[in-house]
Amino acid sequence: MAIVKMLTATKGRKRLHWTDVVSYLYLVVGLFVMFAPVLWLVMSSFKTESAIAQFPPTFMPYSQKSVPIEGRTGEFPLYNVPAASGGTQTLAQISRIGIVATMVDPAKPEEKIKVNIKDREPVTELEFAWGNYTDLFGKFTFGKYLWNSVFITVIATLITLLFNSMAAFALSKYRFSGQKAVYLLIIGTLMIPPTIILVPVFLVINEVGLLNSLWGVILPAVATPTGVFLLRQYMLTIPDELIEAARMDHASEWRIYWRIVLPLSAPALAVLAIFSVMWRWNDFLLPLIVLSQNEVFTLQLALNSFQGELNTQWHYLLAMTVITLIPVTLVFAFLQRYITTGIASAGVK
Amino acid sequence: MGRLSFFFNLLEPLFRLAQRLLGTQKVAWLFVAPNLAVFGVFTFLPIIINFFYAATAGVELMPANRPYSGLDNFETLLKCGDYTDLSTCNKDIFWRAVFNTLKFSLLQVGLMVVFALITALVLNRKIIGRGFWRSVYFYPVLLSPVVVALIWKWLLQSQGAFNAGLVAMDMQPIEWLTVSDWAFFWTIFVSIWAHMGFYTLIILAGLQAIPKDLYEAAEMDRASPWRTLRRITLPLLMPNLIVVLVLAAIKAIQVFDEVFVLTGGGPGSATTFIVQFIYQTGFAEQIQLYGLAAAASLTLAAFLVILTLAQLRLSRADEMGKRER
Repeated sequence: MAIVKMLTATKGRKRLHWTDVVSYLYLVVGLFVMFAPVLWLVMSSFKTESAIAQFPPTFMPYSQKSVPIEGRTGEFPLYNVPAASGGTQTLAQISRIGIVATMVDPAKPEEKIKVNIKDREPVTELEFAWGNYTDLFGKFTFGKYLWNSVFITVIATLITLLFNSMAAFALSKYRFSGQKAVYLLIIGTLMIPPTIILVPVFLVINEVGLLNSLWGVILPAVATPTGVFLLRQYMLTIPDELIEAARMDHASEWRIYWRIVLPLSAPALAVLAIFSVMWRWNDFLLPLIVLSQNEVFTLQLALNSFQGELNTQWHYLLAMTVITLIPVTLVFAFLQRYITTGIASAGVK
Repeated sequence: MGRLSFFFNLLEPLFRLAQRLLGTQKVAWLFVAPNLAVFGVFTFLPIIINFFYAATAGVELMPANRPYSGLDNFETLLKCGDYTDLSTCNKDIFWRAVFNTLKFSLLQVGLMVVFALITALVLNRKIIGRGFWRSVYFYPVLLSPVVVALIWKWLLQSQGAFNAGLVAMDMQPIEWLTVSDWAFFWTIFVSIWAHMGFYTLIILAGLQAIPKDLYEAAEMDRASPWRTLRRITLPLLMPNLIVVLVLAAIKAIQVFDEVFVLTGGGPGSATTFIVQFIYQTGFAEQIQLYGLAAAASLTLAAFLVILTLAQLRLSRADEMGKRER
């Protein structure tokens, strides 16, 4: 009893209440539901093409062992077969007709043995098919898709930071007529999701000649109301005296912006940068209508078009999916705190 | 850093000139100009053109070449011979998309907010490793819709993990994504899986803002946990919950990408939602009916306006209620 009491002791309270038990149970189930699907995907991405076609599937990437046989070309799958003398022997299958497989002992390749396929058990070994990943760069224009995604994400984020911080600076550190109207106009666009102006946005992008250009995806969303809001709130906390002092020293307004206000806003800029990277890397609908040619596809578009094919090559598709979720997972692992504060302060994602 | 400062120095003369011409305060206009230009070209202009598209017919993309058609597009979209029977509608697929979207939104938002609330309540307790548990639920929020859909498509395909589980329990495998009801169920489930963490965070922030002494007082009075929840937590959380409900509803009504990749809108039109209808009418089909797509967009916008007004109403009612109390 004393041991149970010690094990169930919690901070603050004397003993584990039944509600604590339910809570932890809920959390553990949640952990499973949230992470198991992702883990399953990652493990599956290491399976060979034949292992992926196997049913029922295994969690770990097992694949059938195969060996070369003297006097024959190629590799032959190994099976465990009950031997006539009792016990089991390991044979390689060289051919199969209907339910009868012809097998040989790899050590004695001349002696052929007929085996009913019901009696054999495949010999499996743990094998990570790194080829699923390395092949991507040779076989497909995967490198191109990756580059397109990275280019859009990086350039769009830089422009987003520049444009929105400039606007936020103007809206937080100046008094000019029409200031309130401008602010409301920008924040008001929060109410207009891209989905409801899809057709005219397509027209505009077409008219400025950016269809099937990466810039057609970058430009339409570089001004974000979320970004302006986030940065303005932060810049309001920068004391005006700093700016007045700089003006005394004859610094130009531009110099004040990029030498004083911008460096001081670094924490807010970091939050916006993380958001922007996530938005751009994961973006789907805008690229879907703007980029229709294969060579300008982003990773998301490439994934979508591969999964839509008649014969989905799952082993490549899964590897590609894993590569696509790596950057996001890194952001999650190292910068999660910033995202959480961003959401808490702006209420948007 | 050197190159960056070169770029910034390049712009300096421009701003100096503007400062001399306009005066210090009006330079602000130069600072907001890039932002307003982007908004103007890619948001405000499209809003106006959208109305124009909705009121014109034909397959031309250039507005100048499109003949005026009045409310024809809305008639095509919305008119039915008999409103109790969808197959008599001009565009029965649109009506199906509307009903699917409403059904999806009600179920997805309702269930998600309940689960997000439960999760937030659990995370708000004195538990060990709270930061870790919180991030567990947050992780899927960061994944792209395409990745989310592919993760689940892989589990749900006919030879996937779920069917392996069924076979292991001696049951018949199920075609999860090609049976209408199952496909609909999974669109809801997957969308809750992907977005719940975000709303959990917002609710958690609301819970942490409730003053601790209220709970201490409740404990003094030996109030049961259930009573504490009903009398303290939920009423004080109300403003927060209203925001969460409306945000979630606005997102749910625009559901598209995850479902598009997961089921493609099928089987048949079982999981076709309004945004997918817009996308298909305007972009994916052979004959691209931009006018019809724009009319559908405006219908969607009407839903969103109603939701936003409802939020204002609810928030105000909630505040009034508090004042009376």
